[in-house]
Amino acid sequence: MALLEVNNLSVHFDTRDGVVVAVDDVSFSVDAGETLAIVGESGSGKSVTCYSLLDLLPKPPARIHGGTARFDGSDLLNCSAERMRQFRGNDIAMIFQDPMTSLNPNLTVGEQLIEPLIHHPIKTKRQTRASAKLRAVELLGEVGIVDPERRFASYPHEFSGGMRQRVMIAMALINEPRLLICDEPTTALDVTIQAQILGLIKQLQRSRDVAVIFISHDLGVVAGIADKIMVMCNGIAMESGTAEDIFYRTQSDYTRRLLDAIPQGAKKTDCRIQPDARLIQASHISTWFNDYSGHKVRTVKAVDDISLDIQRGEILGLVGESGSGKSTLGRSLLQLVPTQTGTVNFDGTDLASLSSRQLVPWRRRMQMIFQDPYASLNPRMTVYQTLAEPLLFHGIANRSNIDAQVQQLMDDVGLARAFIRKYPHEFSGGQRQRIAIGRAIATKPEFIIADEPVSALDVTIQAQILDLIIDLVERHNLTMLFISHDLSVVRSIADRVMVMYHGTIIEQGATESLWRAPQQDYTKNLLGAIPIADPKSERSRAER
Amino acid sequence: MLKFALGRLLQAIPVLLVVISMTFMLVHSAPGGPFSADKAVPAEVLAALEAQYNLDQPLWRQYVSYLGDVLKGDLGPSFKYPGRSVNELIASGLPTTAELGLYAMLVAVFIGVLAGVTASMRPNTLQDYVPMSAAMIGICMPSFLLGPLLVLIFGIHLEWLPVSGWGQIPGDKILPAITLGTGYAAYIARLSRGGMLEVLSQDYIRTARAKGLPEFVIIGKHALRGGLVPVVAFLGPAFAGLLGGSFVVETIFQIPGLGRFYVQAAFNRDYTMILGSTVFFATLIILFNLLSDMLAIWLNPKLRQQVRGDAE
Repeated sequence: MALLEVNNLSVHFDTRDGVVVAVDDVSFSVDAGETLAIVGESGSGKSVTCYSLLDLLPKPPARIHGGTARFDGSDLLNCSAERMRQFRGNDIAMIFQDPMTSLNPNLTVGEQLIEPLIHHPIKTKRQTRASAKLRAVELLGEVGIVDPERRFASYPHEFSGGMRQRVMIAMALINEPRLLICDEPTTALDVTIQAQILGLIKQLQRSRDVAVIFISHDLGVVAGIADKIMVMCNGIAMESGTAEDIFYRTQSDYTRRLLDAIPQGAKKTDCRIQPDARLIQASHISTWFNDYSGHKVRTVKAVDDISLDIQRGEILGLVGESGSGKSTLGRSLLQLVPTQTGTVNFDGTDLASLSSRQLVPWRRRMQMIFQDPYASLNPRMTVYQTLAEPLLFHGIANRSNIDAQVQQLMDDVGLARAFIRKYPHEFSGGQRQRIAIGRAIATKPEFIIADEPVSALDVTIQAQILDLIIDLVERHNLTMLFISHDLSVVRSIADRVMVMYHGTIIEQGATESLWRAPQQDYTKNLLGAIPIADPKSERSRAER
Repeated sequence: MLKFALGRLLQAIPVLLVVISMTFMLVHSAPGGPFSADKAVPAEVLAALEAQYNLDQPLWRQYVSYLGDVLKGDLGPSFKYPGRSVNELIASGLPTTAELGLYAMLVAVFIGVLAGVTASMRPNTLQDYVPMSAAMIGICMPSFLLGPLLVLIFGIHLEWLPVSGWGQIPGDKILPAITLGTGYAAYIARLSRGGMLEVLSQDYIRTARAKGLPEFVIIGKHALRGGLVPVVAFLGPAFAGLLGGSFVVETIFQIPGLGRFYVQAAFNRDYTMILGSTVFFATLIILFNLLSDMLAIWLNPKLRQQVRGDAE
């Protein structure tokens, strides 16, 4: 008998607009020690499926419409609250997507780690604080936290994202569960950290023989870890089978679309660089910040004496991990943050020497697309207002032709004109990023900085947005600085790549030659961390 | 933290200066004076009185000498209570008012937080509607209505509690404390409900549930600390407001507190008493705001470390 057996599960949400079927007649099973990956886009019902097993959905509006779920023979869907508490954490544990928000910021990580032990639902298994602490410190060490004894008393904000996810994993394992549900555990992390966390999950699974359900929107990520894969779309299980079945003997068109969306290989369009036509020439820029987060105020050299050139028509990729200073470099170029030293020469004028008032006409010629389309659009402005504002401010349009220009912009970025009076929350993540891109190109700029424009998006949406960006760059003859931690994305779009580490550029070169022969160890590590969307080569790589 | 507190106290100096100047101007521009009465006072007596209290001096000179006295901590002599200084009057009324305010605060926090947290646990159900409707009534009910109502029910009809006084009969402090605290309890209930709802929708509450923690740990340990931040921010101004706003309750229950002095001083044109009480309450408001800000910082580990880092 399987460890977890789910049959014909249906979950409905009762909303004001009627019943939404989030999960529709889904069945799957997981054996002890086995890894099942559930893959699908946002809203496909993969998370809802797993939350319903542990009764973590808010009821109402959620409602289990039908089906059964048995863990080791006992019913999960119709049990008392007291019985459910025994399943949670002890039999089935969970790791969530965003390690920044999933830990309580007000309690030390140690306190949060020992809670499942000192409040164990079964009285005889309850431990004292002292013995629970020993166990927690041991586990922290096992998941790779350096100096666990001291870190036990630290608060979550004192850890980086990857380290927090390690703490989450330790917390999930503290009662030795038999099933671990990982809900997009690496989506919010850098590629290198993702590789480490995936390796850690795999290693812990092997040493403890725990079964894993791994939820992801990216088939590439699960290739190396999954024994079985279930592909979900709109609440329906489109296809399930072994990892080899899904990758090599793909049945459904939807799965094929997911596979095609994974960015792979070199840039497919031509290089449009105009030689000897320098648009931007930055020399020796430094941007420093004061860091108040520690016990002493430190100066952080986010950008440390960087010089760079960007030719007209070029797409320059800028890669590096979180905290390497890539975003700050981008903002320094646009003079959105005050720089310490250096000049930024934009088409013959030094921007760093201009006052903010003098910069206004230049702002029209350089724009920025931000990472998070949920946060970078004003929630109280309609699409129309968002797009019309820069046009009117820079005097590009006037009251009489503004409607036509906004509509033209919406056509440009692939938004239906009917959406013109809608607010950002009424759109999906991909559509919001289209609005943000529309806002950036509204002023007909020559230079655009795209700061992780696809990192918050599903792979399928990511592919569409990348296509849109490439198309716009060609049509409007744009020059672009494309910032990303995801090297496969950068490879598919950039002509030239710069690798940034601790505020400095450590390596740069034409994209394909950098891929073929990286010089620095850091670059080699970055390239090695990219998951390969192919179970066989991913496994053979893991064994090496 | 010390540096933060000192900085805030420095900022208080210009605020107090503005308060003193405005009040000084207002009381002196109001018609009448401390010695104008229905019965005409002989001109020479009036002149002697005004000379004694320096009221014959030009206004700017009175202002400067008053500022000098305030700097020394002397709020001047009362015009209406001969031979007693404003400092003495405040000192005599303050303990009673502070005690009343403290009890009212305890009532407000206890009932308010309990009602708010209860409501937030099951939003948009009866468990939410009942305490929140009660809170709405509590906010709308003025204390001059609630006080007599409570006296009628518990004092006269049921004969459970004394109807007035302070510290003379056991139990005579209960009704005033409840009367004064109810409005604040209602407001705290709404604040804590909002704060708790916000926190309960956070990812880390879901994490706590997924860990199999019992509900009282989730609410009491994980949610309360973040959920009560708005309440903590409200406590400072609320306590200052309780002290300053106790006049009605002190009158209803015949309590010899500060509030009565304050209001009577305004009717009597007791210049120094009005000014003195105003300066005193302004200082209290600034102090209690500072205290509640410090408490809010202390509750947030990230801010706590930042403030500590600044001080080093």
